Amino acid sequence: MTTTSAAPRHTVKPPAARRSFVERWLAMIFLAPTLLGMALFTFLPIIGSLVLAFFRWDIISAPQFVGFANFASLAQDPTVRVSFLNTIVFVVVAVTLQLGIALSLASMLQARMPSWLRVFLRSTFFFPLVLSAASVSIFMRYMFNEQFGVVNWLLSLIGIPAVPWLTSPLASAAVVVLVYVWQNFGFSFLLFLGALSNIPKELHEAANLDGATGWKQFSNVTLPLISPAVLVASVMAIISALQVFDQPYVLTNGGPGDSTRTAVMVIFESAFQQLEFGEASAIGLVLTVLILAVTALQFRLSRRFVFYQ
Amino acid sequence: MSSQTLHTGTNEHSGSSTGTPTRKTYRNRRLPAAGTVGRYAALAVAAALTLGPVLWTLSTSLRTPSESFNLPPSFLPINPDFTAYQEVFKQINVSLLVLNSALVTGLIALGQMASATLAGYAFARLDFRGRKAIFSLVLATMMVPVQVTIVPVFMLIRGMGLSDTLLALILPAIPTAFGTFLMRQYFLGLPNDFAEAAALDGAGPWRIFSSVYAPLAVPGMAIVGILAFNFHWNEFFRPLILTISEQNFTLPLGLVTLQGNLGTGSISVVLAGVILSMLPALVVFIFGQRTLREGLTAGASK
Repeated sequence: MTTTSAAPRHTVKPPAARRSFVERWLAMIFLAPTLLGMALFTFLPIIGSLVLAFFRWDIISAPQFVGFANFASLAQDPTVRVSFLNTIVFVVVAVTLQLGIALSLASMLQARMPSWLRVFLRSTFFFPLVLSAASVSIFMRYMFNEQFGVVNWLLSLIGIPAVPWLTSPLASAAVVVLVYVWQNFGFSFLLFLGALSNIPKELHEAANLDGATGWKQFSNVTLPLISPAVLVASVMAIISALQVFDQPYVLTNGGPGDSTRTAVMVIFESAFQQLEFGEASAIGLVLTVLILAVTALQFRLSRRFVFYQ
Repeated sequence: MSSQTLHTGTNEHSGSSTGTPTRKTYRNRRLPAAGTVGRYAALAVAAALTLGPVLWTLSTSLRTPSESFNLPPSFLPINPDFTAYQEVFKQINVSLLVLNSALVTGLIALGQMASATLAGYAFARLDFRGRKAIFSLVLATMMVPVQVTIVPVFMLIRGMGLSDTLLALILPAIPTAFGTFLMRQYFLGLPNDFAEAAALDGAGPWRIFSSVYAPLAVPGMAIVGILAFNFHWNEFFRPLILTISEQNFTLPLGLVTLQGNLGTGSISVVLAGVILSMLPALVVFIFGQRTLREGLTAGASK
C-alpha cells in the first residue's frame, strides 16, 4: 500500500491505490447494515433514554421537563428502593451459588472417568441453557406449588412440613434464586471446564510430588491458573444477574408484596403499566451505571488477584 | 456403578475434598477411594437435580389433565396419554405461535448471519480509516442492557408504524455486536495467502470476499446463526413489550399467557405446550451442541 508514493500522482492510478479506494467503498457498504441498524436501534435509544430521564411523559400528553425529579423520586419511591436492594441481594446470592456449583462440578469432571460419562455429564449440566427462562419458570412454578407441588411432596418424605414457596417473602426469593441458578450455572460451568482443561498435566504432577494434594493443590495451583476464567465468569454472571426479569415475572410477579421485585421489573412496570416513561428511563440509566461500575471495579480488583500466564 | 450409588447418602460431603485418606486407600485398587465415591455421588445428585425437573415436565405432560395433580408423581407414565397435547392446540393457537416464533427467530438469525459476516469481514480484512475506533464503538454496545434502550425502541417502533408487528421484534435484533466480533475473529483466523493469490489472478476486493473468504466462513456463520436461534427462540422480555395482540405472540409469551388463563386448572396442558416449545431447542442441542458451546464461550476467550 506504500507503493503509491513511487508512482507519479497525476497519471493513471496505480493498481494498489485503486484497490484501496475500492476497498474503502466496499468496507462502507459492508458496514452499512450493522452501523445503520445500531445507530437507529442502539445509539439513538441511548440518547433518547438520557433525554427522557429528565422529562415526564406518558406518550399521550406533551412531554414536560422536570429536571432531576425522576432521579429524586427514585431515591424516595419505596418500591424502587426495595427492588434495587432485592436485585443486589439476588446478584450476590445467585452469582455466588452459580460460580460455586459450576466450579465444583467442573473440577470434579477433571478426575479420571469413562469418556461417555464425562460427555453425558457435560451435556446434562449444559442442557438448561438451551431452554427458555419463561418455560422453565412455568414448570418450576408448578413444582414449587404449596399443595400439589412435587418439591413439597419430596420434602414431606423426609418429614419436612409443606413450605409456602411462592407465598412467603423469604421462600419466594429463594425460589427465584434456585430457578435462576438451575438454568444458568451451566454457562459458568462451560467456562471453567475450558479453563481447567488447559492446565498442563505436569503442573498437577509436580504439585503431587511436592505433597500438595486435595484442597491445598486446588487453592495453590489450580485456582491461580484459572483466575482469568473466574474473573470473566463472574463479570458475565453479575451482568446477567443484574438484569434478571423472566424468572421473577413468571414465578412470583414480584410478590408477595415487593419481596421478589427486581430493578428491571420496575422499569417494565413504570413504563408499560404506569406510563411513566421518564421515570423508567431514569431507573434504566441507574441500572446501566451500576453495571458499568461493577465491571470497572471488578477489572480493577483483578489486577491484584488474577494471575495471567 | 451400583456399589458407588449405594454409598450416595453417606459420602456426599467428601465430594469436594480428596484429602489424605484418599492417598492411603488409593493403592488398593479393589476399593474405590472415599474421595472417588464422594465425587460420583455429588455428580449423580447434580445430574438428577438438573434432569429431574425436565423429566417431571415430560412425564406430567403425558398424563391426562385430571391426573396431573396426583402425588406421588409417576416418572414413567405406563400408558402415555396425549390428551394434553390435543387440548393445548384447542386452548391456544399453537400453530400460529410456532409460526410466529419460527419467522421471528429465523429472520433474525439470517439477518444476523448476513450483516455480521459483512461487518466482520470489513473489520478483519478491509482497510479503511477509523477501523479501530468504529470497532470499539460496536463492541461498546454490548455493555448496554436491552432494558435501557427498550423504552425509546418501543417509541421508535411506534413512530415507524410497526407497533404490534413481527417486524418490531425482528428489525432491532439484527445488528449484532457479538456476532460481528465473532465473525471478525473468524476472518482473522483465516490465512492471508488466499487473498494474495486471488489478487495476483486479478480478483478485486469484492471477488476476494465473495469467492474466497465467504465460502470459508460458513462454520463461523453457523455459530452466529445457532446463537441467534437459541437466544431469540427463548426470548421473553422484548416480545412481552413489543407485541400487543395474541396473533403476534411468540411461543414463550403465549405459554405464559396460557398458564395465566388456566391457572392451576390443568397442569398437563400447559406442560404439553412447554414440551412442544422445547423441541427445536432440543434439536439444536443434539445436532449443534458443539457449535453452541463454542459460540457461548467465544466471548470469554478474547
